[in-house]
Amino acid sequence: MSIDLKTIKHISKLSRISVNEKKAEKLAGDLNSIFEFIEKLNELKTENVEPLTSVAETTLKLRSDKVNSKNLREQIIKNSPQENEDYFVVPKVIE
Amino acid sequence: MSDITKQSLSELIKNIKDKKLSSTEVTKAFVERSEKSKELNAYVTDDFSAAIDKAKRFDEKPNLDLKLPGIPMAVKDLFCTKNIKTTAGSKILNNFIPTYESTVTQNIWNEGAILLGKLNCDEFAMGSSNETSFFGNVQNPIDKDLVPGGSSGGSSSAVAAQLTPITIGTDTGGSIRQPASFTGIVGLKPTYGSCSRYGIVAFASSLDQAGPMAQNVKDCALLHEVISSYDEKDSTSIDFKRNNYSNELTNNIKGKKIGIPKEYRVDGMPKEIEDLWKKGIDYVKDCGAEIIDISLPHTNYALPTYYIVAPAEASSNLARYDGVKYGFRADGENLIDMYEKTRSEGFGAEVQRRIMIGTYVLSSGYYDAYYLKAQKVRKLIKNDFDEAYKKVDAILTPSTPSSAFKIGEKTNDPVSMYLNDIFTVPVNLAGLPGISIPAGHDVKGYPLGLQIIGKAFDEQNLLNIAFAMEEKINFKNKITDWWIK
Repeated sequence: MSIDLKTIKHISKLSRISVNEKKAEKLAGDLNSIFEFIEKLNELKTENVEPLTSVAETTLKLRSDKVNSKNLREQIIKNSPQENEDYFVVPKVIE
Repeated sequence: MSDITKQSLSELIKNIKDKKLSSTEVTKAFVERSEKSKELNAYVTDDFSAAIDKAKRFDEKPNLDLKLPGIPMAVKDLFCTKNIKTTAGSKILNNFIPTYESTVTQNIWNEGAILLGKLNCDEFAMGSSNETSFFGNVQNPIDKDLVPGGSSGGSSSAVAAQLTPITIGTDTGGSIRQPASFTGIVGLKPTYGSCSRYGIVAFASSLDQAGPMAQNVKDCALLHEVISSYDEKDSTSIDFKRNNYSNELTNNIKGKKIGIPKEYRVDGMPKEIEDLWKKGIDYVKDCGAEIIDISLPHTNYALPTYYIVAPAEASSNLARYDGVKYGFRADGENLIDMYEKTRSEGFGAEVQRRIMIGTYVLSSGYYDAYYLKAQKVRKLIKNDFDEAYKKVDAILTPSTPSSAFKIGEKTNDPVSMYLNDIFTVPVNLAGLPGISIPAGHDVKGYPLGLQIIGKAFDEQNLLNIAFAMEEKINFKNKITDWWIK
């Protein structure tokens, strides 16, 4: 299998990371060598194996559905890149 | 008292409790040495003056019943610390000041310790040499231009160089044990679920664990008992009976069964690693333990599995860095353009590479072939360990396939960098505890480590074996202070 530039562009779009031509070529090279290494898994037959989703073999604990934090608005907004006391601000979305 | 920074954690605690040293004296000693050690680049952010103030306040009303009374320590910059910048080694978090504290660090401050500062690490803990950090390489105090390992490279460098008596790191595929091995110190990766992940910048959530790094096994045991706790805020935290690991530490390991997995004899492994392993086997025999040959047949599939599972989880975890809620933002013509530029400029090359791998293996049409396949192989790897633990109490292996390498030596070849974690990755995939202890030197005088892998939640047994071996090995780290002018 080989990952071509078109695939790189597609993944870059999905992951919201812009790549120029030069970077895309470098990434294609890197990803191809990594996937060549990953292909080793195909040596194994796994049809009858249950996938492992968590090593902790416990069921998730339930807790009561109660609010235990006070008003955190100020703390939450504090680190936002564009300052506004009430909202997160993003570039205009509606024309 | 001279040479304060040369003392182990246990010695410092004793001297503070016996009132031979004050917290202020100890804190000032580590601050002074840290200030003289800037060349190592171990710190991303220091909090030295606040640390000295806290030490003075501690001395005014010392509570000597605490486990870490007035002990200064620096922590990996992956733990959120309230009101102290937390970067995860990334440009994208370069201005991030958490408004809350991680559970693990909170446990440490509750026992009387004092924050010295935040230690350098690979960006989002993705790396094996600390070279992916936005804040630059970290020097290994063993030798100039040598990597300290990664991702907890600032942590290993700082403990080995005695800039902090102990520290905490995180380990997703070997990020505590490999740097501990490269710098001649002890590093423990606890059982998955032992230490809360709350407030730790997430990399791969099914693999990430915090753990202690120290000069010796006893210090490591003490710090582990402080940080290990059940936490409602982490849904994968496990409620089990935790020991007072340091109190119950014993070098009596007579009759313990130690497994030697034949699959860890990898092609091209240097003879000195093979010899070190043999020496390790002799040490445990000397302690009265029994050696049993075992097989972990899927060992060779661990790294390929890891390089699907970890990037997949990372690509999902790192989706939160969008330039909106916190962190770095690049200007864009519209919302999508802003996202794409923010992530392209904010993340480094290795992080972008892993997000891309993760996105690909989770994308439509490839999920079954890669991600599901990897989860199935992960099950086989865990089954190997379950099978082995029917016959043995613990497993002994080398920590790494080589000693520390030079800065720049592996940066252009991601796969050769990944191969460094060949002995540590299976432990994370199976959720087991593992410890690296310094066990010897190679021909260049660089430290080499041995790894002991335990049963889940059996940290006590693991620490006991490490403690018994440490006594036999009698390792001395060769630190010359070359970086202090």
